[in-house]
Amino acid sequence: MSDRAGLLSAVRRALGRGELGVDERRELDARIASAESGPIPTRAQGERRELIDRFIAMAEEASATVRRVAAPGEVPAAVGDYLAAHNLPSRLRVAPDPAVADLPWRGQPMIDISVGAARAEDSASLTPALAGVAETGTLALVSGPGTPTTLNLLPDAHIVLLRAGDIVGSLEEVWTRLRRLGALPRTVNFITGPSRSADIEQTLQMGAHGPRRLHILLIDE
Amino acid sequence: MAHAHSSNFEANARAALADAQLQRALGHVRVNFVERRAAAAARLPEFERLRDRAVAIKDHTLAHLDYYLERFADEVGAAGGTVHWCADAAEARAAILAICRKAGARTVTKGKSMVGEEIAINAHLEANGIEPVETDLGEYIIQLRKEPPSHLIAPAIHVSKEQVADAFRAAHRNLDPARPLGEPAALLAEARAALRGKFLAADVGITGANFLVAETGSAIIVTNEGNGDLTQTLPKAHIVLTGIEKLVPTLEDAATLLRVLARSATGQEFSVYTTVATGPRRAGDLDGPGEFHVILLDNGRSAMLAGNLRDALRCIRCGACLNHCPVYQAVGGHAYGAVYSGPIGAVITPALHGLAGARHLPNASTFCGRCEEVCPMRIPLPRLLRHWREAEFERHLQPAVSRAALAAWAFLARRPRIYGPAAALAAAVLSRLGRRHGRLGSLPAPAGATFQQMWRRRP
Ligand code: SF4
Repeated sequence: MSDRAGLLSAVRRALGRGELGVDERRELDARIASAESGPIPTRAQGERRELIDRFIAMAEEASATVRRVAAPGEVPAAVGDYLAAHNLPSRLRVAPDPAVADLPWRGQPMIDISVGAARAEDSASLTPALAGVAETGTLALVSGPGTPTTLNLLPDAHIVLLRAGDIVGSLEEVWTRLRRLGALPRTVNFITGPSRSADIEQTLQMGAHGPRRLHILLIDE
Repeated sequence: MAHAHSSNFEANARAALADAQLQRALGHVRVNFVERRAAAAARLPEFERLRDRAVAIKDHTLAHLDYYLERFADEVGAAGGTVHWCADAAEARAAILAICRKAGARTVTKGKSMVGEEIAINAHLEANGIEPVETDLGEYIIQLRKEPPSHLIAPAIHVSKEQVADAFRAAHRNLDPARPLGEPAALLAEARAALRGKFLAADVGITGANFLVAETGSAIIVTNEGNGDLTQTLPKAHIVLTGIEKLVPTLEDAATLLRVLARSATGQEFSVYTTVATGPRRAGDLDGPGEFHVILLDNGRSAMLAGNLRDALRCIRCGACLNHCPVYQAVGGHAYGAVYSGPIGAVITPALHGLAGARHLPNASTFCGRCEEVCPMRIPLPRLLRHWREAEFERHLQPAVSRAALAAWAFLARRPRIYGPAAALAAAVLSRLGRRHGRLGSLPAPAGATFQQMWRRRP
């Protein structure tokens, strides 16, 4: 098993050549290092205000809901409103990341707050996003000690906190940000709207295996 | 149709054309996929430029595949994962079984993986006492019905909601037999609940990969349901089961390909979940798999690099060529009797499984050229189908009378304006000839009607 040399030599045989020389390998190393982008759609470019508006429009088109809040301090009340408006249990599983765990939850005594990775019984979660991609209304969420991936997947309702300043135009800008942060996290989730399936008679239905609802709290400050 | 075989395309096609339920289901292809793709492509002015770039990226990668495979494998290792190099299906099955055994696995969840179908991993796991559970809704349905997929991205497109309800009643015996299952919403809710338990119980999760990134050693999967994410996040070990042709050099290259994938597949701007997985759980992580394995499968792919067929390795399995193919639209995927159906299936099946068992597939085409027009990777599918026809001719797999017919066909197929009427004539004549000689069963096309005629006559 695990015959690396055998498979590689089959590939080289088919390509009609032997191993690449040092110079050729250097060129390919340089191609990777250059991280050159392909065509970036016009719609992924623009002024910040334009990109924010486009992000909201595209996210809503993908059936996410967006609410703008003026400051992080207003997030707990916005979460309370959301759970109540959709008749969801007043329980919330919050990511350990201080950006969401350290919000003034005391102001919302009705919500049962707990912090950690998602459990089977969690009905709603709150996580912070690394970025929003205006081009397609996509959220970029990364795994880490403060941001367990299961929170993005298991609960019925997923609430995401996104700072307007973290909205970028294209996917490529997310890669740039991630490279600046160092090694790629174990998981990068790009999420565009709630889970869905059209596998039964091609009828689109929301809430296949992931969250049935995706709600974005967009912090304007 | 479950036991259709590719050596029998004509009989399968006839049965499919006469199947009213299947014909109703296939109507969804024409409306949903074709119209939505057109709208999505029209909405993005850069779409054609993105296609050109996507083709260039894949051509470059395939020409240097040894380099990119090595770089990828080194990066997977650096991230704490393990690469398993597998020359054929048997090696891949053995590698997967060994990982499952080591994890003490009893239940294995699976995200949608065409390579999983290609190597028939489910039967192998079952034979070894491990329960494989398909988690993509369409795959789950066909697993319960013990059928192969009939579409690259909509595996249960041939199934009606009544048939889904029957399958669920037979499988979910713990539920009230009198429960209403008339609506898709009820069916989806039941599947969600049934599979939630499986996700949480699974010891190993197997996903495919849409792209492998050499730069970072990452596997990218794209789904709408989120099943692939639960599959790879919850169990102790995540296995990425994938072909060697999935490599791209960088994350930027992946972004370009992602822009054409969803639009070509479902007409979405972007799929709901695009996930980049790199190695196992990190220090301090509260969830994620403890092990990360990548099965790199060759199984006939490296040989395709050598000639004309290299172009087919650019395929990103979007399904557009199936959706736009008049033959696929008329008979569905099962008639092809192979894991990969439609134009791309007819091209790669003989390469992956040998021409002898798939010799009728290259004939499953009207050469209308729609597949090549819509293929985001600009794969010259009609030309590659002709390649197989000629190979078939040269290998003398056909009986003598049919070989003569093929020579005529090859001549006519290159001249599309006279192809239709002439082929009809040839079919009628050869059919009579065949009957007189008592060897009708061995003739592929000459059964009294060409495929194009059968298609027009379909109910
Ligand atoms: S051949 Fe082209 S159109 Fe067909 S599945 Fe592959 S990429 Fe899509």
